[in-house]
Amino acid sequence: MSAPHIEVSGLTVAVGDVPIVSDISFAVQRGEVLALIGESGSGKSTTALALMGWCRHGGRIASGTIRVGGMVIEGKSEEELSAIRGRHIAYIAQSAAAAFNPSRRIMAQVIEPAIIHRIMTRQEAEAKAVDLFRALALPSPETIGDRYPHQVSGGQLQRLMAAMALITDPELVILDEPTTALDVTTQVEVLKCFKAALAHCNHGRGATAIYVSHDLAVVAQMADRIAVLLKGRLVEEGPAEQVLTAPRDAYTQVLVNAPHPVPAAPAGDDAAPVLSVRGLTAGYGRVIDGMPQIPVLRDVAFDLPAGGALGIIGESGSGKSTLARVIAGLLPAAQGEVLLNGSALPPRLEDRSLDQFRTVQLVFQNADTALNPAHSVRRILARPLQHYHGLTGAAADRRVAELLDLTRLPAEVIDRPVTKLSGGQKQRVNLARALAAEPKVLLCDEVTSALDTVVGAAILSLIEDLRRDLGLATVFISHDIHAVSALCEKVLVLYGGTPVELATRAAFNGSRHHPYTSLLKSSLPTMDPRWLDTTRAPILRGFRVEGLCPFQPRCAEAVPGLCDAVPAPLREGDGMRWLCHHSPSIKEQA
Amino acid sequence: MKRSISLLAGAPLATRIAAGFVGFWLVLAVAGPWVAPHPVGAFVDQDVFSGLSARFWLGSDYLGRDVFSRLLYGARYTVFLGLGAALLAACCGTTLALWATLSGGMVDEIISRAMDTLISIPSKILALVLVAACGSSLPLLLLICALTYVPGNFRIARALAMNLAALDFVAAARARGERKFAIALHEVLPNMIHPLLADLGLRFVFVVLLLSGLSFLGLGVQPPYADLGSLVRENISGLTEGAPAILAPALAIAVLTVGTNLLIDALKPEDKR
Repeated sequence: MSAPHIEVSGLTVAVGDVPIVSDISFAVQRGEVLALIGESGSGKSTTALALMGWCRHGGRIASGTIRVGGMVIEGKSEEELSAIRGRHIAYIAQSAAAAFNPSRRIMAQVIEPAIIHRIMTRQEAEAKAVDLFRALALPSPETIGDRYPHQVSGGQLQRLMAAMALITDPELVILDEPTTALDVTTQVEVLKCFKAALAHCNHGRGATAIYVSHDLAVVAQMADRIAVLLKGRLVEEGPAEQVLTAPRDAYTQVLVNAPHPVPAAPAGDDAAPVLSVRGLTAGYGRVIDGMPQIPVLRDVAFDLPAGGALGIIGESGSGKSTLARVIAGLLPAAQGEVLLNGSALPPRLEDRSLDQFRTVQLVFQNADTALNPAHSVRRILARPLQHYHGLTGAAADRRVAELLDLTRLPAEVIDRPVTKLSGGQKQRVNLARALAAEPKVLLCDEVTSALDTVVGAAILSLIEDLRRDLGLATVFISHDIHAVSALCEKVLVLYGGTPVELATRAAFNGSRHHPYTSLLKSSLPTMDPRWLDTTRAPILRGFRVEGLCPFQPRCAEAVPGLCDAVPAPLREGDGMRWLCHHSPSIKEQA
Repeated sequence: MKRSISLLAGAPLATRIAAGFVGFWLVLAVAGPWVAPHPVGAFVDQDVFSGLSARFWLGSDYLGRDVFSRLLYGARYTVFLGLGAALLAACCGTTLALWATLSGGMVDEIISRAMDTLISIPSKILALVLVAACGSSLPLLLLICALTYVPGNFRIARALAMNLAALDFVAAARARGERKFAIALHEVLPNMIHPLLADLGLRFVFVVLLLSGLSFLGLGVQPPYADLGSLVRENISGLTEGAPAILAPALAIAVLTVGTNLLIDALKPEDKR
């Protein structure tokens, strides 16, 4: 074994005298991929950035040594570091959308590292970029560079950013949560490309890479070695296979045996629906003949019994959040109706009564923006109490304390401004505010997507308890298929605003699905390192045709001559209803 | 009151100095005429632009009047007229901005275009017309100064409110069934108060400028009374001699405006500093 390509020993990064990460040591051989894994705040990004000699928020490398391909990193001046960054060490950030300059063409930005470091002429760099585009399986590699960043999709932009990083054949590539912001289906595609491109890099010798992620399943696909960080310390480091199959540290064992949500108890018999949605069509822009200019939802229908839970899943842009906004009245529907306890809910906010407002409560996705930063916890919770129930003074204080207790928040947060709360606490306040209204229907819009796995699981179990104790009907919007299938009795799958499948939990956990649901389920990474290689790459042929099955261009099971000619029929059977030419019933299929 | 005193005790030095300046000027503005050693318009010195002396603490002006006494009277106009007009402008502008933002559509369009119209009228000409029609009086001056700075404040407040109104917590309030007034007061306003205060500090300085300009045209505070700006203006010929008659009011304006702006900066929430 030759000398390690990257060697870090005793690395400590500190802000003032407070260490952010301390005593980190690891080594990576040439061509290997090391994964840094941990929760947010565990110091994984700090460690990765320190490899470039970069510290955030006024931090500094307090001690330790960093060697990248024989180069000393620590103690170098900014000028010496700029000669290395982008040339020998490249960085791929989480959000490619934020990393690209929207006003310049993609090609100019991709070849920029090579031009700045004067290692290629513009022609050479452009030729190399086109090669990389091809290796990254980008559509029309010759011309995609002429587009602007907003003209390509999120997954494509992430791959273009990889091309930017790899154009100088760097010694080390740092990938910082590169697929966290992507849909599961896009993630598969991007991971496949990254893996191929990293192997192809450096004239086939493969690039050395640091892969930062919180998702062990993703890491299992990419890494040769895994380093687990907890609160700024390295708790375990070893070959990927050992860490995944025989973790030594207790924390790693928790991560590997990820807490799968416990299936919830069903809500008893088929009670009368408290919330029904019938033929709902909504969107943005002017409504002409009951069809908005930009339709987002088409013909959505479901029933939700009191105390029941409905899960809504789909990729981003499938209209999940829009559906919640329509039910809450923030976006009036163009067609169809929402029934609350059997009577129609006025589509517009202005026409709703106070009691109708109270009955349906929306919990927003992002607690950072959903809570007024100028208010204290007390004021945020007291407002709905006064607004709906006329509670003020001591009675309101008592109820606020009860709500904090109900959402398992410590009583001392009551007078704190929301800006001083942690992410999990904010989400609990967000939930408590909705509960203050004493609603019958709770619309939870991606309430865990901004939270760490462990914190998110706690929020989910809290919502589940509240649902059972208070008899709340819950609409649960999420992209977390595991959570939805565990918590919800019914699951609605949206694709491009069209409901393609509505299944009971038993049916949803079964093996027969609408092709789109199958794609979503198979796109969830597993701990098996071979998963990525055995998973089919997503397909895309042509565009969606109005009136036909919306999923047809991406469907692996589409029947030529049928799916691209005849609108898909709505079929029912075995506890599910779906929009497809294939039949859901096994008997019928046979 | 007790709370604000204890708040000051724990504040950084700059804040306490700024609060001291502003408090000093408020006291002077109220008590000035009673402590002034000479009447405001009396010619008490044989000499003009005389230096500092025991009898005339800040010397005499271009007509031989006591600068210290005139300063004490002038502070009243600048503080109350200037701050009053700036506050009035900010209140009107922000109220209109919140109304326009939360109503949207036609209401927003009408208010915004009305403000554009107002901004296109030169303020001095408007003042000239109004004073000529109604005669110079303090309420009219206050109104003119306020009216001049309403559109500017409206523009800033509307931009701030537009950004805030797009946030989730405003959507949450709408989904809760809150009225527009409650949303404006509880959700939007508290989050734009600090930039608005900074704007207020700026407008205050502009009002002082406008007032002295009006006085120069004979439309402002009428002689023998004068605000701080007109004191500088009327003694401008003393500049070559470095007379205290011009330095003192100029310094007074500087201390007042810098103090006001420092105090406003100090009011920012801790985490945004």
